Parts: sequence; structure tokens; C-alpha cells
Amino acid sequence: MDGIWGQLFNFSDYGQLFALLHNSVIAGGVLGLVGGMVAVFVMQRDLAFAVHGTSELSFAGGAAGLLFGIGVVPGALAGSLVAAALIGIFGARASRRNSVIGVMMPFGLGLGVLFLSLYPGRSGNKFGLLTGQIVAVDDPRLTVLAVICAIVAIGMLVVWRPLLFASLDPEVAAARGVPTRFLSFVFMMLLGLTVAVSVQIVGSLLVLSILVTPAAAAMRLTHSPNRAVLWSMLFATVSMVGGILLAMGATVPISPYVTTISFTFYLMATGIGALRARRAAWQQSVVQATPGLG
Amino acid sequence: MTDATLAAPSSVPTGQGSPKGPGPVLSLRGAELTLGDRRLWSGLDLDLFPGEFVAVLGSNGSGKTSLLRAILGEYGLSAGTGEFLGHPFHRGDPRIGYVPQHHLSDAGVMMRGRDLVALGLTGHRWGPGWPSPRRRARVDALLAEVGALAYADAPVGLLSGGEQQRLRIAQALAADPQLMLCDEPLASLDLRAQAEVVGLIDAQRRRRGFGVLFVTHDVNPVLEVVDRVLYLGNGRFRIGPPDEVMRSEVLSDLYGAPVEVIRAGGRIVVVGAPEQPHHPVPRRA
Repeated sequence: MDGIWGQLFNFSDYGQLFALLHNSVIAGGVLGLVGGMVAVFVMQRDLAFAVHGTSELSFAGGAAGLLFGIGVVPGALAGSLVAAALIGIFGARASRRNSVIGVMMPFGLGLGVLFLSLYPGRSGNKFGLLTGQIVAVDDPRLTVLAVICAIVAIGMLVVWRPLLFASLDPEVAAARGVPTRFLSFVFMMLLGLTVAVSVQIVGSLLVLSILVTPAAAAMRLTHSPNRAVLWSMLFATVSMVGGILLAMGATVPISPYVTTISFTFYLMATGIGALRARRAAWQQSVVQATPGLG
Repeated sequence: MTDATLAAPSSVPTGQGSPKGPGPVLSLRGAELTLGDRRLWSGLDLDLFPGEFVAVLGSNGSGKTSLLRAILGEYGLSAGTGEFLGHPFHRGDPRIGYVPQHHLSDAGVMMRGRDLVALGLTGHRWGPGWPSPRRRARVDALLAEVGALAYADAPVGLLSGGEQQRLRIAQALAADPQLMLCDEPLASLDLRAQAEVVGLIDAQRRRRGFGVLFVTHDVNPVLEVVDRVLYLGNGRFRIGPPDEVMRSEVLSDLYGAPVEVIRAGGRIVVVGAPEQPHHPVPRRA
């Protein structure tokens, strides 16, 4: 019992560990901010499955990068951008999109497994792409991750309103001349970049905990799209940073910590949302029962 | 008018006496629309004047909705000319308001009524659109104009069909349109909501003076307010006041087959209008 606990939570030498791993914390925080922002649009556009598919191809790319010595970051980037482009081009309609992803995802996963088994290096690195890792993020790598996140954030701000219009009300948006197809492609690219960063920190299997769960929780709290983004960014950032801080002293990967915090937010938000709905229904019934108020 | 009109055959008579002040907001001359290998309608002449309410009728597949999409610049005319305020049809003209059928199932719970209206106001602009008291005031004014303030903060998806359509109208009014295109806005509304939506659009076109092109499969809800009806069928059309068009001999002549128009209790029922062969509606570009 004590053994498992010790593996999960171990805060001895925490100061030294923190000094060693503070780059990871920064990377996680930046990813949380950007991922939480993107996540709301993932929900609005019903792209959760696309996120999963993209992350598996990103995993394959990262594994290829590891095997062929190109590096994990460029490999993961290439993989997720190719996946995002394929989904963007061939998957304009939801039914078609799901079949494109369903076909692509196992293939990507298979390729990734192949590359990893051929890779002669340490197995810890191999596993990390699937389930996340906080290997020391060195300064150059932190810079790359931060720059990618900055590109996503700026891109999102530029397309914000037309993307919101095209996501929530596509028919009227098209009638008003909003370039819906173009925006769909742009968003898939920005999503691909975000996935590539996420894969390297939380691992490809659990990217959804950053790119879906925080937004799903936020939408239980508010119906305002912009306020949902703020809540989602908060949830994602706290999950990421909190998860990394807890995982530092542990011997298990980072992902269970992130996913657990993220899931806890979802449960809390669902509870609050349900309470509010009950209160609103109760007030409604009072109004209807009172003559002259309805 | 530009030279595009002059190029059209001059034998075509103008739809209505144009010398009654301002020119038409919408003008089609010899217009033809072909989707795939199917010609929906051809030789279509239509002038829609400011403040005029024209209902577009016809059986399924007669190209009613496609007419709206051609005006929105989403489909190109295969022959003839079409102009809005003197310019050939093009995409994204902010002076055209568009009211679709109400269906906001999933997305409907991810925004409030006021968000839907705000999209009509500034949704097409780039950038994040930081909160501004001025925009909020504009949205509130639009919501008040259609009587939707009471449920402006409720998620759209939880509102009734009639309430959603009020928000839709506010959204379309946001751009201060010269022309309102309504694509079956009464579909799946109950009779009371239908009457409310028609009354609202009618009041607004009188107040603001925009022209209305109103696609509907049933003329009865708009019979009281409509100036003319455009009846599409058999690749051809008839246009005029409802009393002139909604007659057995006129529609039988249009279809080249016996069609009966029955009037009973102030309602008009069309019996025997042949369905057009179904065509796969292409997705918008």
C-alpha cells in the first residue's frame, strides 16, 4: 500500500525536481491556455473524434521522428498537420469525416507501433508518446512549443468571430458570405498544431482530456460562447499545471494526474449545472403557478 | 441598371410599373438555373420593389430554395441576369437578410439568444470582437424590436420554434437589410407561431421598407400580407397577385396537367400539382 502511494505521490526533493522540470510546468501552462481555447470550438464543431484521429497520426509522426533521428517535435507536427489536412479536405460532412478518421486512426497507430518497436533507444521514451511524459523539456524545445502555441492563439483570435459564426450557425454564416470551407480548413490546421504540442506532453491517447473535457465542463456552467472559452482555459490550465506538479515526484506518467483533475472539473461543473437547472425549473413552476406573472 | 441588363433581350416586359418611385431592389431577367443536368426554372423575370412582400410557392424540387441561393450568390445563374441593388448577385452582401428554417439542435445549446443576434451584427468580421457596451445596446435594441428580450439569455436550443424564429428575424435585421430572404421559416411551427412570425416580418417590412422574398409550401399563412406570389413549377413560373395566380386554369396551364385550386373558408388548397423529380441538393460551396 505504502509502495503504491509512494510511487504516485512523492514530494521529497521537490525543490530540486522543480528546478529541473520547471520548463515542463511552463509548457503545460501554455498548452492549457491554448488547448482550453481551442477545445470550445472542438465541441461546437463536433470534432472530438477528429482530435483523437489527429493525435494518433501525430503519435506515428513523433515515433517516426524518433526512429529516423529527425526529432519528435517535427515528426509529431508533420503527422498531425497531415491528418488535419486530410480531415479538413475529405471530411467536410460529419458522416464522411468520421469514416475518414476511423480508417486513418488505426493505420496511424499501427505505423507508430511499428516505428517504436524498431527504435533501439530507451523504452521510457517510447511509452511517453502514448501516455505523456515530463522528461526535462530543454530550453530550445520549450521555445518551439511556446511558439507553436502562440501561432495557434494569434490565429484563433484573427478568425474568432467568423469561426464562431460558421461553427454555431453555418447556414446563415454562408449566406452572409463567411468563407465557411476556408475557416474549416484553417481551424483544422490550428487544431493540428495544438494536438502536436499536446501529444508531447499528455501523450496521444489522452489528448482529449485537454481538447475536449475542459470545454465540456465549461459548457455545463455557461451558455455564452465567450464565457465558455474563459472557463475552459481555466480548467485546462489548472489540469495541466496541477497534473505536472503532482506527477513530478512520481514514477508513473503524467497523464493520469491531468485526466483526473480534468475529469473532476467536469463532475463539479455537471453538478453545478444540474443544480442550477433544477432551481430554474422550480422558479419557472412558481411563476406559472402564480396568476398574472406568466 | 448596368449594361448587363441591356444585354438581355429587350422584348421581356418589366414585371410591374416601375415608374412608382425607387427602382427594384431585386431584378431578374430571363434567369435560368441548372443544377447538374436538371433545369429548375428558366426565363424568370422578377422585379421586387422596396417594401414588397412576394411569396415563392411551388411543389418540392421546383427550385424555390435554389432561387434564394442564387440571389445569395451561392449558385450561379446558367442564363439571364440577376441583380441586387443594381449589382450582379454576389456572395456576402450585408444588405441581404436571411432567415432559414429553424433547426439549431446541437449548436443551439452552446449559445444564447443574444449571441445568435450578435452573430448577425458582427459575426462576419475578423478579429475577436472584445465586449463593447455599444454592441450590447444594439443587440438589446434588436431583441426588443422582435419582442425577444425576455428569453435573450436562455440557450437557443431550449426555446420554442416561434421564439427561435423571432431571434432569427432579429439576427437578419441586424445588418439593416434592403432585402429579406426567408427560406421556409414557418416549417414545423404551430399555427399561432406561424401567424406571429408572418406578422413580425410584415410589420418590419412596412416599418423599414425592405423587400421580402418568402419561400413557403403553403400560401395560407401569408395570404393576408402578401403582395404577389411567384409560383414555380414545371421549369416555368407564374407571377402576380394571389387571386390571379392561385387559380385552377392558371396552374393547370403552368403544369400542362389538370391542377385544381380549391378555395374554402378563406383558405386555398392546391390539389394535383405534380411533384418535381427529386434532385440531390448540392451542398453549398
